[in-house]
Amino acid sequence: MITLHSSLLRRTPPRPAEAPSRERPAVLTAERKLAYADALLRCSDPEACAHVALGLLQNLGVRAAVCTLLQPEDGELRAVAGLGVAPALWEDLHISVQETSHPLVVALGGTEPVLVNREQVMRLPGPPPPFPAFHAVPLIRAEAEGGPGLGLVLIQHTAASELGEELLWVCGMLSAKLVGLDYRRLLAAEKRYKRERAHFHSIIDAVTDPILLTDMEGRIIIANSRAESLFSAPEGTSEGRRRAVALNNMLFSAALFTTMEDADARRRELLLVDPSEGRDLLFELLSTPFVDPHGGGGVVSVLRNITDLRSATAELEENYRRLRVAEAEMRAERDRLDLIISSVADPILVTDPGGSIVLMNPPAQRLFEVEGEQRGEEATRRVRANDAVFSSFMSNLYTGHMMRWRGELGLVDPHTGTTIPVEAIAGKVLTKGGEVTAIVTILHDRTEALEKARLYDQVKRHSEELKQRVNEATAELAAQNELLRRQAMALEQASEMKSQFLATMSHELRTPLNAIIGYTQLLLQGISGEVPPPQHKKLTRIASNAQHLLSLINDLLDITRIESGKMPIHVETFELRALIKDVMAEVEPIIARTQLTVTQELPEELPELRSDRQKVKQVVLNLLSNALKFTPAGSVQVQVRHDVERDTVSISVKDTGIGIPEAEQQRIFEDFRQADNSYTRQYGGTGLGLSICRRLAAMLGGHISLESQVGVGSTFTLHLPRQLRRK
Amino acid sequence: MNRSKAVKKPLRGKPVVLVVDDYEDAVDIITELLTFEGYEPVVARNGAEALDKAYAQVPDLILMDLSLPELDGWEASRRLKADKRTAHVPIIALTAHALTQHAEKARAAGCDAFVTKPCDPDKLMTEIRRFVPAVAPSTPVSSRE
Repeated sequence: MITLHSSLLRRTPPRPAEAPSRERPAVLTAERKLAYADALLRCSDPEACAHVALGLLQNLGVRAAVCTLLQPEDGELRAVAGLGVAPALWEDLHISVQETSHPLVVALGGTEPVLVNREQVMRLPGPPPPFPAFHAVPLIRAEAEGGPGLGLVLIQHTAASELGEELLWVCGMLSAKLVGLDYRRLLAAEKRYKRERAHFHSIIDAVTDPILLTDMEGRIIIANSRAESLFSAPEGTSEGRRRAVALNNMLFSAALFTTMEDADARRRELLLVDPSEGRDLLFELLSTPFVDPHGGGGVVSVLRNITDLRSATAELEENYRRLRVAEAEMRAERDRLDLIISSVADPILVTDPGGSIVLMNPPAQRLFEVEGEQRGEEATRRVRANDAVFSSFMSNLYTGHMMRWRGELGLVDPHTGTTIPVEAIAGKVLTKGGEVTAIVTILHDRTEALEKARLYDQVKRHSEELKQRVNEATAELAAQNELLRRQAMALEQASEMKSQFLATMSHELRTPLNAIIGYTQLLLQGISGEVPPPQHKKLTRIASNAQHLLSLINDLLDITRIESGKMPIHVETFELRALIKDVMAEVEPIIARTQLTVTQELPEELPELRSDRQKVKQVVLNLLSNALKFTPAGSVQVQVRHDVERDTVSISVKDTGIGIPEAEQQRIFEDFRQADNSYTRQYGGTGLGLSICRRLAAMLGGHISLESQVGVGSTFTLHLPRQLRRK
Repeated sequence: MNRSKAVKKPLRGKPVVLVVDDYEDAVDIITELLTFEGYEPVVARNGAEALDKAYAQVPDLILMDLSLPELDGWEASRRLKADKRTAHVPIIALTAHALTQHAEKARAAGCDAFVTKPCDPDKLMTEIRRFVPAVAPSTPVSSRE
């Protein structure tokens, strides 16, 4: 920091003065004056001048005096030389010019000598002056220059003494000499200053960063050449450059203003324009305010070009960011891998080429590590056993050249002691150079698989057993079927044989019966000659029994045929009225032999019947024969009804006969039944009639019902569908 | 036997009935009945004999038992009906077989009627007269009660 005292530069050089001699003449002669002046002129500093001047005053009769000079460095009036007073009394004398009310300071400001009397001296502050009363003679500059004096010469006041013309001349000479000394000093200072200034400028110009010194109003006081290129436009520059400079000044002022306002913003970025090239330049602005001790102040600003630095920084930051991203990705990848390995249920181990385990997932740790409270002698032993098994397995891989190795290991659960059959698959991890960096082994618990295989075998065995049993059962069934088939065949054959037998029997029974009946008839009809009455009666009994035997044979044959399903049905359409008529005609001979009244009741409208006429007739005939047989007296009525709604036909035979007890009413339809077996002999018949009727009615899709009361009579009714539907 | 059968028939004037049966009592009863009723019975004991006699004499009617030795009645009937000499002669199957299929089988063989033994003489005669009326019954049919 350089301060310039411009006021000093304005001083005019002092006039040459005469050097006084060291002798002490009472009256100064012209020669002496010249001698003193010459002595003064030879002095090179103010203190020496003061001593010469005091010596001159002593020659002029002054007994005691002190010379004080105003020190330009600190503005103090200080004693520099004494005459007739012990140095201890004046050396400490110094008064600040700031004490404007001090008589000496007042005297310094004037042009005339001032008498300071005893009373004034007593009141003086600070160290007491060496005299009780004295004259203070100001050492003034040239009249025209004004300003404070250069110092004061304090001359002891005595009753006899008076400030003579010569004393004042000496003081004037001193003044002149001091002024001259001061001028020389200033010239030297200025020279030094100029050198320093040039030096300073060369230094700040050597700095590549723009440096500026501005006053409190922002005006530029000093700028180095780099700063000048930005902020000043010499005469004759282009308009564009001038405008760029103006813009830079504006931006700088604004930045500087905020810098002054805000102490935190003293370091900030500033974007300026390069006036010569027109490109943007980014600067970092460092501003430091300063206070000038001689008044005023300003701001020193250093602009550091960070345009390139900024881009370099950006690049660096980008690289750093990429590095961070890559690192994060790597970390994520590793975390993911860790997570995958951890979440695999099968134990996974990674070993280094040296054979030591470098990584395990939790299931593997369970097998190869014992922790905390689970640590126990037993568990530790098991882990060691597992380690041994695993190491043995791994040794295969180290020695061999194969990339993969598979093995079955028997491990033990360290915590439970359960044996775990394990399938181990190990694979080498190679570097690009083909070196083994790690071996990854995956263990797969085969307990479940083995259990499943065992269960599968069991199931398979059971299944085979079952199959065997089924086969056996099937074979047995087939054998039984075959047996049944044979039995059925045998049965069929038997049935066929039975039918054949019956047919044959029927034929063989009929043949002799035919002879009996034939001969009896020949005799009874007198074909073979007249037969006497007693014999004739016996022949009649033979004929009757032969007929009964024939009926039995016929009925048996009918039942056999029905039962064996060999009774064919011949469906035809016929008039029921005509059928009834036929039946009545057949029983006419029987009716003729009784006293019974036989009536018919047929509706006007009687539809045609579609059924087996012969069988319907057989049933009706049988029912009517029975009614005639079991009715000693009274009547028999044949009644035909047609139920239109159901499309059925009913043929009733009602008699006033002996009746059938209720208990017998079901049984009479059974084979060989008559209500009373004695009836058979009394009434004739085989006892098979109703049984055959019941079967025939069923064959025709109908049935026979009975209403009867003992002693009142019976009503047998044949119910038939009007149309027989063949199955 | 009868060598001049061609002239015999017109002379006697009685219808000739060939009775084919192997059961002696049956033959005996029928021949007596036929003779009594004014027919001339000719007897054959089996099917083969029946064919011989039928071809030789050409009867007015044949009463054919079905169960016969050597050649049965059905086969004999079939051959008789197949031969133009005897095809016109009515055949009544007279048999102790009572089943329906026997009757059907007989009709299929060419029999014109089917009568089950034992049978009422009146009933048999009614059937015979349907085909061949008797010329002069020796005695009227006695009435029964």
